Amino acid sequence: MSRSRNKDSIDQVAGNGLLHRRALLGRGLAIAGALGTGAMGSPTSAAAEPLSEQDWSLSPGGPVPAYQTPSKFAKSVVRTLSNPSFEPRTSQSRTPHQLLDGMITPNGVFFTIVHDGVPDIDPAAHQLLIHGLVKQPLTFSYETLLRYPMTSRIAFIECGGNSAGLFSPKPLQTDVQGLHGLISCAEWTGVKLSTLLEETGIDSKAKWFIGEGADAAHVMRSVPLAKALDDAMIALYQNGEPLMPGNGYPMRLLLPGYEGNMNIKYLRRIKLVPEAAMSYWESQIYTEPLPNGKAYQFYFVNEVKSFITQPSPGCTLQQPGLYEISGIAYSGKGRISKVLVSADGGQSWAEAALQEPVLSMAFTRFRMPWRWNGGPAVLQSRAWDEDGNAQPTRAEFVSQRGELTSVPPLLAFENHHFNAVTSWAVDEKGTVKHAYA
Amino acid sequence: MRMHRTLPMFAFWMFTFGIGAVSAEAPNLGKPISAADIAQWDIDIEPDGAGLPAGSGTSDQGASIFADQCAGCHGDGGKGATTTTSGAPAAPPVVSDMKRNGIDDTTLTIANYWPYATTLFDYIRRAMPWTSPRSLTDDQVYALTAYILAENKLIDGKQVIDAQTLPRVQMPNRNGFIVRFPERTPHD
Repeated sequence: MSRSRNKDSIDQVAGNGLLHRRALLGRGLAIAGALGTGAMGSPTSAAAEPLSEQDWSLSPGGPVPAYQTPSKFAKSVVRTLSNPSFEPRTSQSRTPHQLLDGMITPNGVFFTIVHDGVPDIDPAAHQLLIHGLVKQPLTFSYETLLRYPMTSRIAFIECGGNSAGLFSPKPLQTDVQGLHGLISCAEWTGVKLSTLLEETGIDSKAKWFIGEGADAAHVMRSVPLAKALDDAMIALYQNGEPLMPGNGYPMRLLLPGYEGNMNIKYLRRIKLVPEAAMSYWESQIYTEPLPNGKAYQFYFVNEVKSFITQPSPGCTLQQPGLYEISGIAYSGKGRISKVLVSADGGQSWAEAALQEPVLSMAFTRFRMPWRWNGGPAVLQSRAWDEDGNAQPTRAEFVSQRGELTSVPPLLAFENHHFNAVTSWAVDEKGTVKHAYA
Repeated sequence: MRMHRTLPMFAFWMFTFGIGAVSAEAPNLGKPISAADIAQWDIDIEPDGAGLPAGSGTSDQGASIFADQCAGCHGDGGKGATTTTSGAPAAPPVVSDMKRNGIDDTTLTIANYWPYATTLFDYIRRAMPWTSPRSLTDDQVYALTAYILAENKLIDGKQVIDAQTLPRVQMPNRNGFIVRFPERTPHD
């Protein structure tokens, strides 16, 4: 046991039990094993139960469905709904990040926001119109677009209102899903918008374009034309299959790194214009009032951010020992370059391992080995991107952007584009709660 | 015909430059369409009034349309209502003298926040009423726009709202914004 303790002190890289990341990777796997044995091995664990055959091993299983859905034993891995009885208002559904791992969000739990229900669009009757300041207005059918050269990329989409609950002056007690569930990450495949604009031609007076949906709200946003010529895509596939109805079927605009509402779903119209159109969504909803009485407008980019998904509120650490802290980092300005993790509320930090691949404007999964000693801990993650941007601490963020004067309802959107550090407090019982630190 | 002309060239580029170099080659399958055939979809209104259709309306005309088609969710006189079974607000008030409270988005209103009056016409026509969007005539949309502006004391109650007058309505918070990621700021 004393050898084990020595090993711990050698491998501890920051306060309150954070261990060197080699405990997770490469030759470190052996070290992790040794640590696990030292802390939770046979001397203190009850012996395993004798093994026996279970019912499902003793008779044939079920038939194979045409389209498979998760096991009934995984039925808790679902989105939470803000408007389950479908009242006449916007509906949000949030991704259960605390129950997922990796960098891809499965299509069934990809977050959805719709402003007037999920439309049931027949792709054979859907048209994409490109017009305005172009040389030749053109329409494209769904079938037609499938004939175009395709490109794929992995990209997150984050609602501008994701994490809005953290503007509260006191930490709201809910899980990762409730606080950060309005972001997901998928592989998108489709036709680059620039390819279609080559076909229509561009009038030199065009500086913006508007994207508009075929949904009943006809959601419309203005986007700088430069984005169209850079990486904007007409996405047709989501994680390899046609888009989900809640995510824009049959086609959506993908603007990597830009707030979700601009990634127009059910895309039916693109119009090149000289100025922004000032739609409802860019005049009020997706703007950010500031403490000085002014407000940000056209806050497009989802800036560098991270949060820990494991352990996180709702889970209880069962006994002291080795745990993996794991979470998601991302930036609308490029690749994640570094994630630091703290177990003592930011007094000391250590660099987490980044799971490959690390892609621009995509989820990056980070992992950090941590030995919980059974005492209080405050877990935090802080990310940096390749553009040199640091995720702000909550104090830094609030000094710039302010906070609310009273605690808001759990699922309200009092402001947007919150990207500061999130803290999870672990108590002696292993309970994990949202905290400000 | 197009296929026959394009394929040999496509093969040539494939052979010469590999798949990456031909990614700009597209099948050119877009169908030309005339302005007249676009008209029904061409519904965006710009802050300078571009896109506003013919027609007009007044607050008086708008009042009865509002009572009929809008008050069910937005409340009598547009002052807000709580009508959903969950108690959640069905729709925001559209007539309000609420003051902004710090950074709280939920205290933003048309009167204390919106930079342009044209947005009202655009949004009502594209998205309202919630249960039957695009069902109002342009005159009805003008009338509702006039009603909401007048009830918010942003225009005189007798003002006729049309394509000429709407873009000239001065909104109090017109200069209240900081462009965060500018490519170009609209109409400054």
